[in-house]
Amino acid sequence: MNGLDTRPLWLVPVLALLAWPLVLASGSSSATWVTLTVAGLAMGMIIFVIASGLTLVFGLMDVLNFGHGVFIALGAFVATSVMAGLADWTGSASLSHNLWAVFCAMAVAMAVAAAVGLAFERFIVRPVYGQHLKQILITMGGMIMGEELIKVIWGPQQIPLPLPEGLRGAWLWGDAAVEKYRVLAVGVGLVIFGLLGYVLNRTKIGLLIRAGVQDREMVESLGYRIRRLFVGVFVAGSALAGLGGVLWGLYQQNVVPQMGAQVNVLIFIVIIIGGLGSTLGALIGALLVGLMANYTGFLAPKMALFSNIALMAAILLWRPQGVYPVANR
Amino acid sequence: MSGGWLSRAVSHDLPRSRWLACLLVGLLLALVFTPFLFPGVKALNVAAKVLVFVVLVASFDLLLGYTGIVSFAHTMFFGIGAYGLAIAFSQLGPTWPALGIGLAAGLGLSGLLAWVIGLFSLRVRAIFFAMITLAVASAFQTLASQLSEWTGGEDGLTFKVPEVLSPSFEWLEEPLWGVSIDGRLTCYYLLLVVALVLLLALLRIVNSPFGRVLQAIRENEFRAEAIGYRVVVYRTWSSVLSALFACLAGAMLALWLRYNGPDTSLSFEVMMDVLLIVVIGGMGSLYGAALGSALFLVAQSYLQDVLRWASEACSAVPWLAALLSPDRWLLWLGLLFVLSVYYFPTGITGRLRARAASVARAQSQSRTAAGR
Repeated sequence: MNGLDTRPLWLVPVLALLAWPLVLASGSSSATWVTLTVAGLAMGMIIFVIASGLTLVFGLMDVLNFGHGVFIALGAFVATSVMAGLADWTGSASLSHNLWAVFCAMAVAMAVAAAVGLAFERFIVRPVYGQHLKQILITMGGMIMGEELIKVIWGPQQIPLPLPEGLRGAWLWGDAAVEKYRVLAVGVGLVIFGLLGYVLNRTKIGLLIRAGVQDREMVESLGYRIRRLFVGVFVAGSALAGLGGVLWGLYQQNVVPQMGAQVNVLIFIVIIIGGLGSTLGALIGALLVGLMANYTGFLAPKMALFSNIALMAAILLWRPQGVYPVANR
Repeated sequence: MSGGWLSRAVSHDLPRSRWLACLLVGLLLALVFTPFLFPGVKALNVAAKVLVFVVLVASFDLLLGYTGIVSFAHTMFFGIGAYGLAIAFSQLGPTWPALGIGLAAGLGLSGLLAWVIGLFSLRVRAIFFAMITLAVASAFQTLASQLSEWTGGEDGLTFKVPEVLSPSFEWLEEPLWGVSIDGRLTCYYLLLVVALVLLLALLRIVNSPFGRVLQAIRENEFRAEAIGYRVVVYRTWSSVLSALFACLAGAMLALWLRYNGPDTSLSFEVMMDVLLIVVIGGMGSLYGAALGSALFLVAQSYLQDVLRWASEACSAVPWLAALLSPDRWLLWLGLLFVLSVYYFPTGITGRLRARAASVARAQSQSRTAAGR
């Protein structure tokens, strides 16, 4: 992409710098600001992992999946089972055992979410291609059913998802506390971002996906089965949501069946800010939302959700199609 | 065919199906005579809830069925109406001026919010609207439980209504036909009249030139814009109007229950019910809203009983019993919803009208054949 529009890239540092004097004005030190910023970036990276799949699905196939949240909850609940099964590893003092347990949970959650995603695409989404109204209604129905099925399997109550021994606590850096788990979350998020960037920009499949987002019919007329590509993206998006669910569950340290619906709201804000279909836009949107949630959570807790909506409104006033509009639909 | 006063009352939007007309008349009669036909508190409660939902669902149909926009913030306006009345009554006491103030405040806030949301999100893209309304509605739900000194938080507000409408007020010493003629009954008939008036007003709106433009936008937004109608303006008006009607429905609910909390009016389950009723009754027809509400609300209590029974019958198979537990009734509702969107997209009204139309076509064909 020549001539990348760099202006939206400045939004994240600008927001962080704007918050600095406000945090200081509330009587806290710069260390608090550093803590909040790191926490916000970690939350943003988790949200990005979840939102990236959804934004590609929408960009490629014009399918808005309101049921995306169910894969988040599914991933988190699978993680509780896996981590409970690996109690030896999560309880041991060795960091490598702890990390293995987390990675096992991630792998299983991604696999389960991908498999369910395949079924979801086949039975829920496929019959309603090209009909927005029905898509919204149907995927919403799918979401409700998924949430209830999770309640049937794991029970309706809140389940704790404690961090393994070695990932608890924080590193102190001057007065600023940087929680260990958040660094891990940022790491995983960066790996996913790098991987997505590589696949989308350096491989043939990525080329086809990007072309499909730009102009689906043209890719089809060149002889590529875009529907098969789409199923792949949908499954990958579901797997990413499952991974995001594990990260989110560990971040909150507990999981509830309603978490999917709660995170869904954040993701929608993210992909609206980012521009539907854009990965880079989703990253910027996610980081903005993560930072905003942490700053307002500290400065004015009651305004947390409204601040994100205000942020979205401000961005839409500036760029009505989101910061990086890709899909020209 | 320029029918008489009845046709004028329904804005010449006749049921266009004999079965549909029969069902509607039957429903109206049942609602009018519920207090005398079905004694007991539960039946009256269900009937009152039907009245509230007829207005709520019809107002949602104005958005979904007639304008083709999906909003998830409809319960927010419903909640604003209910909270408006609840807060006014609990702060100012159970008087008629309080009712007026609460209603006016609720209507003002709903209209303003719907206007602002519409201006922001309908300008951009219809699909954004669904997402943005979802975000705003969940934020509002959080806000309502956080402002607990006003809204009573999660517990909600219990309040008194004007004396004429409260159960302790007796019009007659003796019960009439076994029914005590009290304030509760007055309240029920007040709701009935209000629901009827609001439904007729909505029929008037959707059959006006304004309503035709909305349907044109639903069918083809681009063409409507090309003919010269400003789509944004019409959509915004449609969402404001539907918010106002939803707010009135919320006020009706609060007046009947003498209680309001986040679960009764703001929760996502209510939104789900509304969506399901619109789909079952038939999108794009206000009669569908009326029939759907009655059917659904009666079935809702029934479904939970059936599930309880089925769950006990299957107690030998634990996983099946868990699936059929009455707590999981939303699962079956969701399944019903998905299936009805697939196989039953025009709903009851659409089916009945299509049937009547095909019968009429067959008749006219055979008549032409005989004439020849």
